[in-house]
Amino acid sequence: MKKLTLEELKKIKEKAQAELQARTSEGKDKIVVHMGTCGIAAGARETLLAILDEIEKRNLQNVVVTQAGCIGLCEYEPLISVQKVGSPKVLYKYVTPEKARKIIVQHVINGQIVMEDVLSSE
Amino acid sequence: MPKRAHILICAGAACISAGEESFKSALEKELKNANIFEEVKIIETGCFGTCDLGPVMVIYPEGIFYIHLKPQDAKDIVQEHLLKGRIVERLLVKEVELKKPLPNINELPFFKNQVRIALRNVGFIDPLNIEEYIARDGYSALGKVLTEMKPEEVIDEIKKSGLRGRGGAGFPTGLKWELGRKAKGDEKYIICNADEGDPGAFMDRSILEGDPHSVIEGMLIGAYAIGAKKGFIYIRAEYPLAIKRLTYALEQAKSYGLLGENILGTDFSFDIEIRIGAGAFVCGEETALIASVEGKRGMPRPRPPFPVNSGLWGKPTVINNVETWANIPEIILKGANWFSSLGTEKSKGTKVFALAGKINMTGLIEVPMGITLKEIVYDIGGGIPGGKKFKAVQIGGPAGGCIPAEYLDTPVDYESITSLGAIMGSGGLIVMDEDNCMVDVAKFFLSFTQDESCGKCVPCRVGTKRMLEILDKITDGKGEMRDLEELEELAKVVRNTSLCGLGKGAPNPVLTTLRYFRDEYIAHIRDKKCPAKVCTKLIHYEVIREECKKCSICFRNCPVGAIFKDYDGTYVIDQEKCTKCGICFQVCPFKAIKKE
Ligand SMILES: Cc1cc2nc3c(=O)[nH]c(=O)nc-3n(C[C@H](O)[C@H](O)[C@H](O)COP(=O)(O)O)c2cc1C
Repeated sequence: MKKLTLEELKKIKEKAQAELQARTSEGKDKIVVHMGTCGIAAGARETLLAILDEIEKRNLQNVVVTQAGCIGLCEYEPLISVQKVGSPKVLYKYVTPEKARKIIVQHVINGQIVMEDVLSSE
Repeated sequence: MPKRAHILICAGAACISAGEESFKSALEKELKNANIFEEVKIIETGCFGTCDLGPVMVIYPEGIFYIHLKPQDAKDIVQEHLLKGRIVERLLVKEVELKKPLPNINELPFFKNQVRIALRNVGFIDPLNIEEYIARDGYSALGKVLTEMKPEEVIDEIKKSGLRGRGGAGFPTGLKWELGRKAKGDEKYIICNADEGDPGAFMDRSILEGDPHSVIEGMLIGAYAIGAKKGFIYIRAEYPLAIKRLTYALEQAKSYGLLGENILGTDFSFDIEIRIGAGAFVCGEETALIASVEGKRGMPRPRPPFPVNSGLWGKPTVINNVETWANIPEIILKGANWFSSLGTEKSKGTKVFALAGKINMTGLIEVPMGITLKEIVYDIGGGIPGGKKFKAVQIGGPAGGCIPAEYLDTPVDYESITSLGAIMGSGGLIVMDEDNCMVDVAKFFLSFTQDESCGKCVPCRVGTKRMLEILDKITDGKGEMRDLEELEELAKVVRNTSLCGLGKGAPNPVLTTLRYFRDEYIAHIRDKKCPAKVCTKLIHYEVIREECKKCSICFRNCPVGAIFKDYDGTYVIDQEKCTKCGICFQVCPFKAIKKE
């Protein structure tokens, strides 16, 4: 490998920092996928994978995705919640992979809540 | 695919011995079974510090902390936590009193009360991945000094920070570097002292295992400041994992051009080699260490000349401790003012301690200077197990001393600890409770130093031996009151006339226990009793006839056949045969055996 310059060191740093982002949730937009047994049966895994795929494609670094259990609203599943920093939490119902992609573009990136899919909000 | 979870598994030596590797392979298998292996990332890190709870891990981004992991727990973690988002409560830390589970790593009092500078990356990054170190500002301080600072400015910054050597003596680091820079000679050396000989200490090992690049970067900055081209890391052979990770890190740094010729495109060149020591305590002493690196027998020599003027092969040499080096990059990046805002007037920054002994959370911690012993023992360490009474802390290793309960409010800084007769030392901190005999503790440390004495000077070689004989006499119940005076006098001679710090410090455990626990010595001598019931020659076991249920458990468990059945069926201990191993006392289900 050829010798590193200061510029290249900075580039490595930026790239590697993005990678380490996953180790903190402070100051980030949060997407929670509800993945109880019921959620998984309703397709929550596919929704989750679509979300991860969309995040990668759009190189979103300020978003963390976590999973949570069943919240007793099984009939509306798959359920996800989106909470942008400083905004109330919004719970979305019947989130298919396509809807998930739309929510990411419209809500997570552009800050516009996708009204027709909202189940409730804080 | 971006990883939705980072699983940080502690791969410090303690967690590895507790079964980290088999847990990790079980976890990988479960992740594959559940078909989510690609969605998460597993990182093996350095020591988290919670060594008693191992194997441990954290799942990010939530920061959920799981403890005491066994291979069979992997399934629940994958199926419950990672698939369904349900925290596996049985694997969480429980609050001591309320038994309330504490899921988040940052909520734990053990972590909450720490300030991490030297340990900033330990337990948070993959020590085998230089890019993770770089992501956490690694090698930025090197870039800064090489492009923006003159060597003198680097030295000034370190001087202004107030950093003092973490290897024991607390010598101001910036001043040492200044002397090293001013020393005459073209060829100069940098040494990292990773000998870490104190019994029970593992601060330096954990830094090298968990964040080797922080030490390498610190040494690079020191080399630039004093004008050295070559450095050595002296580490004991008993640290195979640290040696492995360090070797790997050195190779990585070389392949990135961060070690070698023309570093970061400048005309600064520096290289580091590892030297492996055989693990003699005296080889931690700087002049003995240098002799050992030169291939000679590791024995100290009188100073002056000090290594900064005449060190390795007679050339100017700056030697600092692992933790000292690990502090350097942060000071350069965040500034001397930031560093000196932490700590007390004369002791700046933080100190890493290895907590051991009678304390709930044994492990590795880093705290700001000036924190009280009480805060360390109770707030971070979680207090004394089993509702026992705190008796003393032994601080500073074999050259340190015992500080009793009435001084628990003492701030931890170089001066305050020294004024009590102990030393800050390199970070060993052993907690003792009512079951520890202080004469026995003094004997333990003195027999260590006596054993490790290199034999070069008479006071240390002969003096420690004679002192130990007196202690043996006292714990055997053959002591006389005048032994105490002789012990004190001998201690002072050994302290004042030994060649190096080993002999100079060896009497400290005896002197401090004589100062704070003299009544225990007197009880051994005058009453022939060991108040803590530790010294075997001064205790005996007896069956309480009225309590004995004739169950014969003691009889069957005695390894030396010292228990026999009496005429009425109760059991009796033959004091002649008894070796005082205490097994009968432990196995008796009716508490019918007394220890006196
Ligand atoms: C008997 C003895 C053992 C020592 N062992 C160590 C050791 O294991 N590690 C260490 O860093 N310093 C040890 N020292 C202190 C070193 O001599 C030296 O002061 C230190 O490495 C300087 O680095 P610092 O200024 O960064 O603390 C020991 C000193 C004595 C007298």
